[in-house]
Amino acid sequence: MKDHPKSSKPRPPMEAGNTAAKTDAKLGRDIQAKIGQQLRSLYDEIVNQGVPDRFADLLKRLDKTDDKESR
Amino acid sequence: MGLDASVREAVLAAIPSLRAFAISLCGNVDRADDLVQETLLRALANIDSFQPGTNMSAWLFTILRNHFRSEYRKRRREVEDTDGSYAETLKSHPEQEGRVGFGEFRTALAKLPQDQREALVLVGASGFSYEEAASICGCAVGTIKSRVNRARTRLAELMSIESVDEFGPDRTTRAVLARNERA
Repeated sequence: MKDHPKSSKPRPPMEAGNTAAKTDAKLGRDIQAKIGQQLRSLYDEIVNQGVPDRFADLLKRLDKTDDKESR
Repeated sequence: MGLDASVREAVLAAIPSLRAFAISLCGNVDRADDLVQETLLRALANIDSFQPGTNMSAWLFTILRNHFRSEYRKRRREVEDTDGSYAETLKSHPEQEGRVGFGEFRTALAKLPQDQREALVLVGASGFSYEEAASICGCAVGTIKSRVNRARTRLAELMSIESVDEFGPDRTTRAVLARNERA
């Protein structure tokens, strides 16, 4: 008999055993905190670069083009 | 008519975060900036379809994502072939060098499937709600939640593998050096 592909049986932890499971859970939380923090640092570093001139200029230019077109 | 001042302010205010999202999608700053530029051109050409009072940032993110998706589809083969070099691109930003842990994180992030990475970034870094992220990605809220969960699980797996089993000599040296510096 083959396993049903949609079987909802929980997969056993990689290293079965209570202590290992507890360590895994703590490790999991630590890693999740680290993931969240690193993701935000990476993102914020780019956000903190602000608006590059290229885009500020683009907006100005488009604004002027619009003005001319509407006259 | 020029751009409405409040619209222009809202667009300008959204650009830094839009760039960060674009870089997380492309993994390459130059390509990301081109993507942002194309997004702005499209958005401003269709500014009439923006509903005042709604979230400008979410509107721009949606346009950028859709545009990236259509471009990405064209380049899919190229991107799939460069799994390793994509990770390299992410690692090679000079401003990130020397930060222990960042390289590993970038590499792990680059290994996530596209759907999961964007969901994680939208919710975990851009600060969108699950509902907003679902609207940006054109999918159900439950789908976003499950993508974010899978992304977190996968990243945790990748990072524990990299920090324990694959802690190569180079990384070890860097980690030890960093520890000594701090001491």
